[in-house]
Amino acid sequence: MSLASQRINYRKSSRPSAFAGFDPILTIAVGLLLIMGTLLVYSATRNWYAANGLDPEYYLKRHVINILIGSLLAWGTTVIDYRLLRAYTPILWIISVIALTAVLIPGIGDERNGARAWIGLPFGFQLQPAELAKISIIVGMSLILSERTHDSDAAQHRDVMQALIVAAIPILLIAAQPDMGTIFIISIAVVTIIAVSGAPMRWVVGLILVAVIGSFAAVKVGVVNDYQVKRLQAFVDPNLDAQGSGYQLRQARITIGSGGLVGTGLFNGPQTSGRFVPEQQTDFIFTVAGEELGFLGSGFIIILYLIVLMRAFGIARRSSDPYGKLVCTGVIAWFAFQAFENIGMTLGMMPMTGVPLPFVSYGGSSMFATMIGFGLLQNVHARHRG
Amino acid sequence: MNQRARLSLLVVQVLILSLLLGLLGRLFYLQIAAGPIYRDAALSIQSRDVVTPATRGLIVDSSGVPLALNRVGIAVTVDRTMIDRQPDKGVTVLRDLANLLDLKYEDVYQRTRLCGELPAGTRAGCWTGSRFQPIPITKEADPEIALRIVERSDQYPGISATPVSIRNYPGNAGLNGAHLLGYVGPLTEGDLAGENGRSYFRSEVIGKAGLEVQYDEYLRGTPGIRTVIVDRREAVTRTSQNSKPIGGNHLVTSIDARVQASAESALEDAVRRARASGYPSDGAAAVVMDATNGQILALASYPTFDPNSYERGLTVAEAKNLYSAKAGVPALSRTIQGVFAPGSTFKVVSVVAAAKAGYNLNANYDCPSEVEVGTRAFQNFESKAQGVISLKKAIAVSCDTIWYRIAFDEWLRDGGLKPRSDANDYFYNAAKGFQVGTKTGIDLPSESSGRLADREWRKSWYKENKDFYCNYKTRAPQSKQTAFLVQLAYENCLDGDKIRAGDAVNFSIGQGDTVITPLKLTQMYAAIANGGTLWKPTIGKAIVETDGTIVKAFEREKVGTLPTDKKTLRFLQSSLREAVVSGTGAAPFSGFPIEISGKTGTAEVFGKNPNGSDKADTSWFASYGPTKKPRFAVVMMVSQGGFGASTSGVGVRKIYETLFGVLGTKVASEKIIFPSGVPPVTLPKISPATKVKGAR
Repeated sequence: MSLASQRINYRKSSRPSAFAGFDPILTIAVGLLLIMGTLLVYSATRNWYAANGLDPEYYLKRHVINILIGSLLAWGTTVIDYRLLRAYTPILWIISVIALTAVLIPGIGDERNGARAWIGLPFGFQLQPAELAKISIIVGMSLILSERTHDSDAAQHRDVMQALIVAAIPILLIAAQPDMGTIFIISIAVVTIIAVSGAPMRWVVGLILVAVIGSFAAVKVGVVNDYQVKRLQAFVDPNLDAQGSGYQLRQARITIGSGGLVGTGLFNGPQTSGRFVPEQQTDFIFTVAGEELGFLGSGFIIILYLIVLMRAFGIARRSSDPYGKLVCTGVIAWFAFQAFENIGMTLGMMPMTGVPLPFVSYGGSSMFATMIGFGLLQNVHARHRG
Repeated sequence: MNQRARLSLLVVQVLILSLLLGLLGRLFYLQIAAGPIYRDAALSIQSRDVVTPATRGLIVDSSGVPLALNRVGIAVTVDRTMIDRQPDKGVTVLRDLANLLDLKYEDVYQRTRLCGELPAGTRAGCWTGSRFQPIPITKEADPEIALRIVERSDQYPGISATPVSIRNYPGNAGLNGAHLLGYVGPLTEGDLAGENGRSYFRSEVIGKAGLEVQYDEYLRGTPGIRTVIVDRREAVTRTSQNSKPIGGNHLVTSIDARVQASAESALEDAVRRARASGYPSDGAAAVVMDATNGQILALASYPTFDPNSYERGLTVAEAKNLYSAKAGVPALSRTIQGVFAPGSTFKVVSVVAAAKAGYNLNANYDCPSEVEVGTRAFQNFESKAQGVISLKKAIAVSCDTIWYRIAFDEWLRDGGLKPRSDANDYFYNAAKGFQVGTKTGIDLPSESSGRLADREWRKSWYKENKDFYCNYKTRAPQSKQTAFLVQLAYENCLDGDKIRAGDAVNFSIGQGDTVITPLKLTQMYAAIANGGTLWKPTIGKAIVETDGTIVKAFEREKVGTLPTDKKTLRFLQSSLREAVVSGTGAAPFSGFPIEISGKTGTAEVFGKNPNGSDKADTSWFASYGPTKKPRFAVVMMVSQGGFGASTSGVGVRKIYETLFGVLGTKVASEKIIFPSGVPPVTLPKISPATKVKGAR
């Protein structure tokens, strides 16, 4: 412990330049994901928008702007002073909670697909506070679990409980929207952070049990909306809700399956241009890759995620600072399970939820949040290059 | 950093690695292993076949008069997939529609229900097609009403009105022809699934009965298909295949519209007369056949229904009526599906049997009023004794007792209740030679074979019914426990597997368990007329393309020869003439200027009417003419119609009057249907506008 600390201090003393901290492989992989996402968003929207007499590049333009803003945020997160980040964590958390509360107020929050998850902003922009909450929970929990008032190098019961409170408040607010997909991802990130924090194993096992029992109870008692139950049932038996979510899942699977090895070629997918799959530029973006780029292209996307995540594991492992390690772990769990849930849903392995594919899907809030997450990984990397 | 945290991180890493590899595996399965399946599925999502139905071919009579043609109508259709999505499942809109079309809501509701949706027994008038095709409520909507539906589509969601081609049975010469022609209707799910080995497009109509179904593959034509690629809004993005519809071929039949109409009105008339005499007359049939080749000129069944009612849209009441016993089951085509004991018309078979058995056809026989057979006395019809008469005379006056004796003697000779293994069975073999109990093979669906109640049939019957009759007291309902029925059951249990004396003598006069269709009897009499050839009855003469090219001409088909010699045939022919000259057939044909040969039949029917009364006799008249150079065989049957002569005989005369242009007792040359005496041999020119020639 003491040796590692010294090394950190040593590194800190030689301050790196603004871009020197970037992990090149991680950056290239994320860059490729962003480029592929841009092409896929364009392919998913151009025909339909043109056929409806709208600007076919409407989504493309906005997506590129989102990426540019996201890149700035990533760069800012990377180069921001480490201590400053810790200092801003409580503020970030409080802003998230306020935004999550505000979104529930009719008039401020917009309701879409049965969930009240968006705050309307001027010029048609919308903000999804739950995306911000992901970051604040990760950095908040990491802060509590790493800054200890006692001597043990592992988190103790009190730390875990504090951390859980930090996570629980935003989670409950998100549950009120309700956005079960986000809760699923955050919960996994929470459990992962606690597990890696060195907290007693009882907590990890207990939390998983609570999650399992809680979700069963939620369905039984009716906390979960009717359409969510339907989605779950449709996952088990797609014929149940043939016109609703069962239809969407079936269409998604057919679209991907019809791609074959090499796909129909970018911009050439009849399923995509016919827009048989709904929400194709956001939640179902992977189906575009499946149809038009085939197994080679869509498999490549999964490989890119593998590279990003394995790289991030390397960063986490090399980081001798508990805070950085926990932040990395949280971001990894977030990216990994969000990607898994999203792709798994289109492949019929996971029930249907409305979570975007990190770095690829169209959507400002999600793009900004994932780019900040990417920045966090880079920040930790920059501070602790081995 | 403690060891546990390090381990946890590794576990998480392995977990995530395996999840992503799982995604890759699943992706491989979907895209590579199951890829072809999903490609097909995608294609079926994106492509739509726009089907342009082919114009159905015409059905015409032998001189080209249309029996079935196509007309343009306006169909008001209901889209089930749309009205089912309405909050009240379409109740409001169907009510409004019923009001608009001046129909009963119940009928509209019923017509939009798939038959499978309704419990059995309440399916009358249901939709036999599929949920995914527009269901027509009517195809003959008032154009103004149709326009209102189209203009106020917001008021009638899921309802549309479009011009359609409808099948029309114009009823030229006043004919009905419902049983003969059949009707067309929507495809069932079974048809679509290829149950009959053919493939169809959903919006096609196919023949459902009669000639329409028999010759459907020729009449239907090939629909035009345009395959288009659509997007989710069903907007067409491109066309991938285009083929024009090919009109169906025409069917030329041997039917003559005037003869058919005449047969139908003669039937109605016969039924009316029989009812006036107190007989229930619950059904009737008439057949006119060309005795030289089996071609059918008329095939009429009573009661009938409007053949256009299906295209107009059946009401629930109409649909129920088609199968109601009270209405006489109009859907039943009695010429080919009605089986009845042939009565004395069957004696032609007995003559052949007696000749084979060595009886002298020219000898005289005693015709007492009754004959003791075993312990029972079998009476002559009306218990009249004729004294010693010639066999020819016996047939003419329809003496039964002569036949009882012969049949009983032959039965004894064959071993009686202990039959010899080499029994002669002259009677059964003669009937087999006439192909009794076999379908004639007419080109119409659902023909009944009738039944030849010979030794084999009796054995199989006994096997099936032994249990019931041997436990009659416990099995039969209380109402059937009369002394007579109990005694009958006892006898049936005792030796029901054997031909008893009573069975044998009944068989000889066409009574008992042997039943035949009117068409079968026509074929038998035609064979006697033409010198012994059993021709397969046919209605279709040729399939002709729209430009007149003959696709297929149906030749006459010999299916058998009567099992007898020329001498016996000549005897039969002269006896049948004698019956019309001086016998039971004389009265209806008195003064008829053309020589006709024929035989009456009055068959007893065992059983009860729905109201509990005993069933009346089946009235038959089987004939051919002209006697010297036979051309037509004409048979009429009136179920529960009373005497053969007075009911059916008079009816048959009316048909001959039309055939030969007879007015009263004279031939009116301008009324002769076939001036050459022969139905048309050459095929007519086909046009929907062809008019009926001559007067009826």
